[in-house]
Amino acid sequence: MGLSIDITKRVNGFYLDVSWRIGNELAVLFGRSGAGKSLTLQIIAGLIKPDSGFIKSGRAEYYSRARNIEIPPHQRSFGYVFQDLALFPHMTVRENILYGAKGVEQKERMDRLSELSDSFRIRGVENKMPSEISGGQKQRVAFARALIRRPDALLLDEPFSALDSPLRAEMRAFLMQVRADFNIPVVLVTHDVYEAYTMPDTLIFYSSGRVVQSGPPSEVFGIPATEEVAKLVSSGDIDPGLNAALRELPL
Amino acid sequence: MESSAFFSMRLSLQVAATATIFIIIVGIAVAYFLARKNFRGKEALDVLFTLPLVLPPTVTGYYLIIAFGRNGFIGKYIYDLTGWSVMFTWYAAVLASFVVALPLMIKTTRAAIESVDRNLINASYTLGHSEFETAVRVILPLAKKGIIAGAVLSFARALGEFGATLMLAGNLPGKTDTMPIAIYSLAAGGDWEQASGMVLMLTVMAALFLYLANRYSGKVV
Repeated sequence: MGLSIDITKRVNGFYLDVSWRIGNELAVLFGRSGAGKSLTLQIIAGLIKPDSGFIKSGRAEYYSRARNIEIPPHQRSFGYVFQDLALFPHMTVRENILYGAKGVEQKERMDRLSELSDSFRIRGVENKMPSEISGGQKQRVAFARALIRRPDALLLDEPFSALDSPLRAEMRAFLMQVRADFNIPVVLVTHDVYEAYTMPDTLIFYSSGRVVQSGPPSEVFGIPATEEVAKLVSSGDIDPGLNAALRELPL
Repeated sequence: MESSAFFSMRLSLQVAATATIFIIIVGIAVAYFLARKNFRGKEALDVLFTLPLVLPPTVTGYYLIIAFGRNGFIGKYIYDLTGWSVMFTWYAAVLASFVVALPLMIKTTRAAIESVDRNLINASYTLGHSEFETAVRVILPLAKKGIIAGAVLSFARALGEFGATLMLAGNLPGKTDTMPIAIYSLAAGGDWEQASGMVLMLTVMAALFLYLANRYSGKVV
């Protein structure tokens, strides 16, 4: 398995030029807003077409400018959780999750639904509409919907950013559990320094459309490769929780 | 006279209902492409489909005669092949109502489709659903209220269509005299009593449909 990308994209004066490769691990794309993190995710999922490069997931090649390959988004095997979760408001929780089970045989999809309902603690709300369930339940439904197809990788575009602190902590623990259970590449976009430091196996640091440093978070935080990285991880202007998080660093 | 009023009402409903069926099919397809696709001439196409909304219906009717008349650039082929012309039949009234009322369906449906959250559409793609499946299962259901409002408005407009219908279908009593045309004939002939009955009926029906359209479109955005 694994996910590797090498892409460029010019959008309205902004230039994205990034290249990275991860295994079955949790990678965090970290950096200021507007650094190109979400754009990268959308390009990987096929929602936006890059200008050049390639996108490979396991043995599948989803995009290659050189080989003229461009697989449409619905034929790519990625689970995607959006910042606003994007649950379908006209479908029940059950319909939302099963909508993600495209191509899965009927009996199997019911088994998986049942399994996910238990492990993601959404049993009992399956027949409710998304507007009738709590914030945490919505999060778990969005994850269940993205994972029921057993995708090759999971792409998370700041899914916890709108949550209050206790729920955010709960969802971080939930994500670590998902990562352990599914054993696929997970890419989490965040500009939360606490998440960047505590969650990933690999931290990929974005700045103005470029990867300026990547590696284990302790390395990136401990030995910043550039002045900019050093400034960002120590200036406290990224997130109010930064200073608290930095105090916990074993530096 | 009673039976001719009944005939006009039945004909009007029949024409408006038939036109609305075609309006729904064509209107949704055109609105979808205008809302979701980028192509050269898109806005020109929008103007073309909107024109009947602002042109005098007689002008629209004139164009339809040029197209579908016995010597029209489409009509002559139909006539050569079948010996039949749409002119002065109730089908002509359907055609006129269709063209005049279609813009209301397209405008309302396009706005409703454009208001569907982009992330929901993207979510559907990432969950393995093609553009067509996404349109059928996500976009159109979420735009449903706008689509219903557009269909109701179009039906009301088709019911009241006069100018283009008169030019294309004529005023043939017992054949093409829809309610608006019958009202014109009755008033011209001085039969105010009969005319006011029909006027009242059309007004009540139009008000009812506008109310229904508002109920739906109010909840669209």
